Amino acid sequence: MIAPQFNTEMEFFMDPQRCIGCHACEMACAECETNGQLPMITVDYVKRATSPQTVMQICMHCEDPACAKVCPADAIVKDEFGVVMSANTSRCVGCSNCVLACPFGVPKKVELSDLMMKCNMCYDRTSVGKRPMCATVCPSGALWYGTREKLERLRPNSTPINTFVFGKQEVKTKVHYMMPKGSTKLVVD
Amino acid sequence: MARPPVSEERLAADFGPHLNYAPPEGVPGREEPDDIVETHCCFCGMQCGIKLLVKENRVVGFEPWEEFPFNEGRLCPKGVQRYLQDNHPDRLTRPMEARPGEGFVPVGWEHALDRTVQEIRRIQQQYGKQAFGMLSGVSLTNEKSYLVGKFARVALQTPNLDYNGRLCMVSAGAGNKKAFGMDRACNPWSDMTHAEVIMICGANVSETFPTLTHWVWTGRDNGAKLIVVDPRLTPIARTADLHLAIRPGRDSALYSAILRELIVHDWLDHDFIAQHTSGFEAAAEAVQDYTLDWAETVTGIPASKIAQAAEWWGAAKTSFLCHARGIEHQTKGVENVSACINLVLATGRIGRPYCGYGTITGQGNGQGGREHGHKTDQLPGNRDIENPEDRRFVADIWGIPEPELPHSGYTAYEMLEAIHRGEIKGLLSICFNPVVSLPNNNMVREALDKLEFYACIDFFLSETAHYADIVFAGSLQEEEDGTVTTAEGRVVRIRAAVRPPGEARRDTAILLELARRLGAGDKFAYETSEDIFNELRRASRGSRADYFGITYEKVEKNMGIFWPCPDLDHPGTPRLWEDRQFRTPDKRAHFVPVKYHDPGEVTDDEFDVILTTGRVVSQYLSGTQTRRIGRLVDQYPEPLLELHPALALRKKIADRELVRVVTRRGSAIFPAQIVETIREDTVFIPYHWPGKKSANQLTSGHLDPVSKIPEFKISACRLEPTGQTAPPPSETQAWRAT
Repeated sequence: MIAPQFNTEMEFFMDPQRCIGCHACEMACAECETNGQLPMITVDYVKRATSPQTVMQICMHCEDPACAKVCPADAIVKDEFGVVMSANTSRCVGCSNCVLACPFGVPKKVELSDLMMKCNMCYDRTSVGKRPMCATVCPSGALWYGTREKLERLRPNSTPINTFVFGKQEVKTKVHYMMPKGSTKLVVD
Repeated sequence: MARPPVSEERLAADFGPHLNYAPPEGVPGREEPDDIVETHCCFCGMQCGIKLLVKENRVVGFEPWEEFPFNEGRLCPKGVQRYLQDNHPDRLTRPMEARPGEGFVPVGWEHALDRTVQEIRRIQQQYGKQAFGMLSGVSLTNEKSYLVGKFARVALQTPNLDYNGRLCMVSAGAGNKKAFGMDRACNPWSDMTHAEVIMICGANVSETFPTLTHWVWTGRDNGAKLIVVDPRLTPIARTADLHLAIRPGRDSALYSAILRELIVHDWLDHDFIAQHTSGFEAAAEAVQDYTLDWAETVTGIPASKIAQAAEWWGAAKTSFLCHARGIEHQTKGVENVSACINLVLATGRIGRPYCGYGTITGQGNGQGGREHGHKTDQLPGNRDIENPEDRRFVADIWGIPEPELPHSGYTAYEMLEAIHRGEIKGLLSICFNPVVSLPNNNMVREALDKLEFYACIDFFLSETAHYADIVFAGSLQEEEDGTVTTAEGRVVRIRAAVRPPGEARRDTAILLELARRLGAGDKFAYETSEDIFNELRRASRGSRADYFGITYEKVEKNMGIFWPCPDLDHPGTPRLWEDRQFRTPDKRAHFVPVKYHDPGEVTDDEFDVILTTGRVVSQYLSGTQTRRIGRLVDQYPEPLLELHPALALRKKIADRELVRVVTRRGSAIFPAQIVETIREDTVFIPYHWPGKKSANQLTSGHLDPVSKIPEFKISACRLEPTGQTAPPPSETQAWRAT
């Protein structure tokens, strides 16, 4: 795949602590013509009865993506830049293996078309040097796309991590989470 | 008679709100636009830069405008979806006349204009000039704000002109004028970047000014401590270092107690106080009895937390204090603002980098719109309509003898009361939906019923327009050139991306034609919006809102110019008071002594719970625009009654149960949302909805004696559970409630 302007120094960082639950990201994502008005990012309350805390979830673009491994049709591929693509529609058989396998709960089976869809990091934008739509509009910086150098300058008290521990399984991702300074990984038990 | 010609249900069926969604493949033409127009969002005072995509005179989508310095592409959901107000099925495309029993029927422009002018003449001949009033709004550009002010005084010759800025930030304006002699946020938001303490007072920043959240976090990333004062744990309060969950209506007690702490601990900038301020002793004397314990009793905030806030504020070297409607929508709105400013002045942290203060203006042109004369007591350049010198200056520019210039008339809510009393018989309105946005709106409806004639300029048939005799199809923000002034005082360009659809006309064209037919055409000889702006520049020259040095060209070249900008070579003034030359007569900043008093309505045995109102992130003001956009409605489809589980237990209310909320003005039923994120003595209802779902049926008409802002933030209410569970939110039709 040719992506002459894909800038590998630009990376994706998420900081759910900053999420204000406004849903601008969802609405902006849905605008993409390849999504057909379906957002590939979700924003949900953790527990509205006790807090207005919301979290957003996009595809974390795993280094060794479980979704691709369990796909019986080889419909999901990771490209040379580490972007895990949405299922190739001509191959996807709508089996939902990927939906069940993803540790982050990202892929969705779209019942209407009986196909899997997920975030491909705005490939149409990032491959021509633009930022993903969600991270461009996010008003609080909960979603941020840019160089690590700039991020470290802007947020000196946070550290990006991309290692997640689910029980005995460790998952490394292309997308980073912002954690308190000095953190190395996020353990999800 | 100005009353809906057919049932409101039928009007809603014909004119909406209907929900506009983009088709799955996007609005046709989006992939190959004819034009990409750099302009600004039509909603809040942040006025985020945005690019509109245009195809064949239709706005078909948006792109983030990443070069614009304030928001760098960031947008809230309203900004993302704002383009869907274009090509909307509810859009008014021709003038209409109300025919009882028939509804609103299309008429020609000639007829609509003729009838309006005849009615204006008849009413003014029969009852006097003042019997015809005008209501305006600060979503209008600076040019239109100026034009409305001149139109009402020169063409209608009435003193009774006011605007919905009266519901927005007039308390802040009055407080700022008292302290600084000028009314503008003192700093750009970027001054939050290295503020050691950021104090947000009564501002739901993340829901009402979402893109300002970025600047708050910019400060926090550099170590700023964040203090948020709000009765609710809002999304921004959730992330605060210190959340002061104040009892609604007790704000000046908190800030006065903090001032007392600053004095007790000598956290004062004595040099600044001595050299650049006046009135400190009187302000100090006013707070001498306001101890932490007293403040705890009044505000419901633990004394230890107030002490912590005072210590952080007192010890800081840099800081930024901002406030919004939470402290301003009160009968002591101006006093609350003064109490906040006193904290800024006592520590001398103003007029320096990262030392900031300002109100966060709510409406799109809340800043510029409140400067250029469609406020009843004001002339352009924030001049005083009762000041002989200001009157002469403006009368000269307008080409009328000074004695012919009307004086101050009624403010917005007072004007509705005057209509209700029968003093005002005719009304022209633009950009104002008082049936939803004014308090005590059962009175507002009764008042509109009594009008002999009402003409309304709007782009959708708002709930207030239901009462009109003539509806002029006007223009959306993106259909007319102009400027607005953002909440930080930056004058920016609004560009006409498209022409009004069908027979709809630009607002300016409608006003100019009415002026001509009223015999004042020679005073309104403008070809373009820029012509109006150039007259505004002259009218504001040397004033306390000086735009003289600002031109369209400069604004475009610099992506905005901050006023004051007194001459053409001047670069503008992003940060005020660096020269310490305050615009008061003695050139000093003024402390204002503030004595605490209770809100206009306090709880009692009959009405035992405090009701406060506000907004949600997906809706804007009275919802005229945002209740027509599908995704924004879906995000928060109906107004909910937020209450604490302890209060719910006491009142035996279950989650999603329908609860009747009763005040002295009326009652309405809302589904309960039981959350721990609100005080136990307070309930909250957002106000964007009309009819039976309107929170403003309940709110009070108590006004601040100085600013005349209504006390939206405090009413005494009673909760009556109905025993019925609300239908699922997906089944609600609250956005079109009648």
